[in-house]
Amino acid sequence: MTPQAARDDTFPKLIATAARIRPGRTAIRHKDLGIWQSWTWEQVHDNVRAYAVGLSALGLQRGDKIAIVGYNRPRLYWTMAAAQWLGAIPVPVYADSVADEMAYVLDHAEVVQAAVQDQEQVDKLLSIADRVPTLRHILYDEERGLRDYDHTHLHPIAEVIEEGRKTLQADPSARAMLGRELAASQGADLAIILYTSGTTGRPKGVMLSYDNVIAAARIGCDFDNLQEGDEIIAYLPIAWVGDHIFSYAQAILAGLCVNCPESPDTVIEDRREIGTTYAFAPPRVFENMLTLTMVRMEDASAFKRRMFHYFIGHANRVGERILNREPVGLKDRLIYRLGDVLIFGPLRNRFGLTGIKVGYTAGEAIGPEIFRFYRAIGVNLKQLYGQTEASVYVTMQPDGEIRADTVGRPAPEVEIRIDDNGEVLYRSPGVFLGYYKDPDKTAETKTPDGFVRSGDAGFFDATGHLHIIDRAKDVGKLRDGALFPPKYVENKLKFYSNIKEAVAFGDGRDFVTCFINIDLTAVGNWAERNNVTYASYQELAGHPLVYDMIERHVDEVNRSLAAEPRMGGAQIRRFLILHKELDADDGELTRTQKVRRGFIADRYEPLIAALYDGSTEADIRTEVTFEDGRKGVIAARVKIRDLKPHPITAPAEGILEAAE
Amino acid sequence: MRAPDTPVIVKGEALLAVENVSLRFGGVKALTDVSFDIRKGEVRAIIGPNGAGKTSMLNCINGFYHPSEGRITFKGETRRRMRPFEAARGGIGRTFQNVALFKGMTTLDNIMAGRFLKMRSGFFWQLLRYGPAMREEVEHRRFVEDIIDFLQIQHIRKTPVGKLPYGLQKRVELGRALAMEPELLLLDEPMAGMNLEEKEDMSRFILDVNQQYGTTIALIEHDMGVVMDLSDRVVVLEYGRKIADGTPEEVKRDQRVIDAYLGVAH
Repeated sequence: MTPQAARDDTFPKLIATAARIRPGRTAIRHKDLGIWQSWTWEQVHDNVRAYAVGLSALGLQRGDKIAIVGYNRPRLYWTMAAAQWLGAIPVPVYADSVADEMAYVLDHAEVVQAAVQDQEQVDKLLSIADRVPTLRHILYDEERGLRDYDHTHLHPIAEVIEEGRKTLQADPSARAMLGRELAASQGADLAIILYTSGTTGRPKGVMLSYDNVIAAARIGCDFDNLQEGDEIIAYLPIAWVGDHIFSYAQAILAGLCVNCPESPDTVIEDRREIGTTYAFAPPRVFENMLTLTMVRMEDASAFKRRMFHYFIGHANRVGERILNREPVGLKDRLIYRLGDVLIFGPLRNRFGLTGIKVGYTAGEAIGPEIFRFYRAIGVNLKQLYGQTEASVYVTMQPDGEIRADTVGRPAPEVEIRIDDNGEVLYRSPGVFLGYYKDPDKTAETKTPDGFVRSGDAGFFDATGHLHIIDRAKDVGKLRDGALFPPKYVENKLKFYSNIKEAVAFGDGRDFVTCFINIDLTAVGNWAERNNVTYASYQELAGHPLVYDMIERHVDEVNRSLAAEPRMGGAQIRRFLILHKELDADDGELTRTQKVRRGFIADRYEPLIAALYDGSTEADIRTEVTFEDGRKGVIAARVKIRDLKPHPITAPAEGILEAAE
Repeated sequence: MRAPDTPVIVKGEALLAVENVSLRFGGVKALTDVSFDIRKGEVRAIIGPNGAGKTSMLNCINGFYHPSEGRITFKGETRRRMRPFEAARGGIGRTFQNVALFKGMTTLDNIMAGRFLKMRSGFFWQLLRYGPAMREEVEHRRFVEDIIDFLQIQHIRKTPVGKLPYGLQKRVELGRALAMEPELLLLDEPMAGMNLEEKEDMSRFILDVNQQYGTTIALIEHDMGVVMDLSDRVVVLEYGRKIADGTPEEVKRDQRVIDAYLGVAH
């Protein structure tokens, strides 16, 4: 880190420095019309300055909020930088929020302007404009379909930048204004408000200062030695803290090149073309890639299939040790090398992970098999545990100490303590300022000595690694006192590729029961190969053979629970397969695809009643919301299966003390 | 779907006029004395029960069939026996009821094929991929990429269309028709066999094509909801005869149309 960079305590200042020290290096790319368009740091700097002048001309002032809605696009990232230049606060919003959610966030944040990607978002904003009285201007990136709209309060971003550029050339006072505003912002100032998706209740606005974000970004960069020349692909929601740290903060701080994919559907292709060296994805992405590979392999020729299974089997035995640079026999090394040429190399290439230095997964627990698979084929995949309130980093896995069942050691500069009820508390330079306009919630979450209540229950094991078992308030007890961590049980189920989502119930009940969502890709392919015909998701979900298959999975989960300390009581006695996919549009999942247990319990009350009253099937009618806001009703009769629990094989006391 | 402040597009003069057209196959009368017009810039729907002669009508318009009687005037010019490629060159593009793409070729190549009529350089230069042919190729590719972007099919750019699901194939076919920059676009059941979401997407594309490129559209469709939402004017055929013609509201109220669709006691 140069001394100059150390003095830059805001992102606009860092961008100005970047334009000076690495002017010709590519800062950001966007694939448009099939071609990668790129901008150097110097061009980014010019654009951001011009944009800031343009925004100022539209009335954006210090302290104002500007909403940002859309996929990852260069101009939307520049909006953040240009707004910060003026001392305004960007508020990125999840692009797939339904109008109602968006109206709440925009109104709560009192945004005066909004920069959005395209017509779809403009329409959404226009439809809620009357509920956001402060909103004055909407800026958009893509012109398509917007030509005939009334443009009194609507502006193309490109034009705003162009206007700014002209003003900057013609008017020296604009230049002076930019210099003044740049110097006026300090590291302790509010940099951004990120709304958390909210597993419970309304979204909360997490306020982060420049110091928070820069400190966190620096921790990550130093930990994994990220520098100029590293390539990342920006495809996760820009409203998510992870994307903000990786694609914005770290990119500006360390000079990474950020690549914006052509569309959400082309991410894997685009990643291949770029050859990213640093990757971040929720477990779901890795799961999907693996499921797709396994499904394709089933359709491959017998020879290829056998080759695949032979080498993957070998990699599972030795690949991880080779990656950790542990001693491995010469013969095993040679076979692995051959496998690398024939199978692993091409696979990594397919996944777009050939050049990868380090990849992270976070947000949810990842299946041990999936995690091991990627590491076995030579991808340095790691887990980390983080929260918006911490500017991401809480714990990380150092090289050589990577395990599927832990989230690693405390990240540099992070202190962690475990509360009496098992809750994880942390303190770090990245810890947030507070929730926007909600001092009560802030006081609830932050202790007087600066620790933050994570809301997650966990414990440190003998090696100093943190295990997260569940949300602290979700860990329940059965009527006989047995421990019931729902998420832990659900994750075990979700590690089967046929099961997409699971929701377990049992707190205060006699035994554990479960809703299951099948994975249409995996089960559909299975159905095709086994001559099972079906016309709809609902029909496939209710098929007796599908039930048989899922029953076997549930039984295996029960067996593994029976073998773990204190988990034997949480075995699943009854389950059913839901007739529809859980969906964020129906409020059943959060925008980051996490299950909203309480909401589901209310909505499917008759099904839960049936799970506990011994009946073998139940009727259910549910209202569903389509993307345009219209509603429909799905009715179904759902069958219920019983299972016999396994005898508990684990000793009664175990290592879970910390979860008490 | 349209923004509230969108001005009503002023529909121009007739782009295509069908006058007293009849079509016979031996003893079978597919069309009898049908007359209507399609005005510049409008979305015109042709509806009717099965076997009413809708597709035959489209086939007459783009020169695949030749009417036994009557005249079809396109852009003020009446052609006695127009051939399909002449229609295409004249600015009439179309998609088919059963997707008619080159299954082994990629999405990109299929849409590029739609540019064929716009290519000026000779076979020899194209073979060499050099000089003017190369420049031309770049120009066309850019146009095609715009269409790919417009229809949001970037992710299947390099996928052979035979592998694609039906809904996407329909979209590629629309792309190929757009590639020839038609003045009049004939769509034969663009939403057949689609689910609700695909239908909504397709409706949006059709409206966007109409508004953004100013393309006049004539479409055959069975989904009445779609027809009523999309079209400016509707012509209704039954047993090869025109039984109604007007705005969606007028047509919906027409007793003969109701009878044709719901059946009457004889």
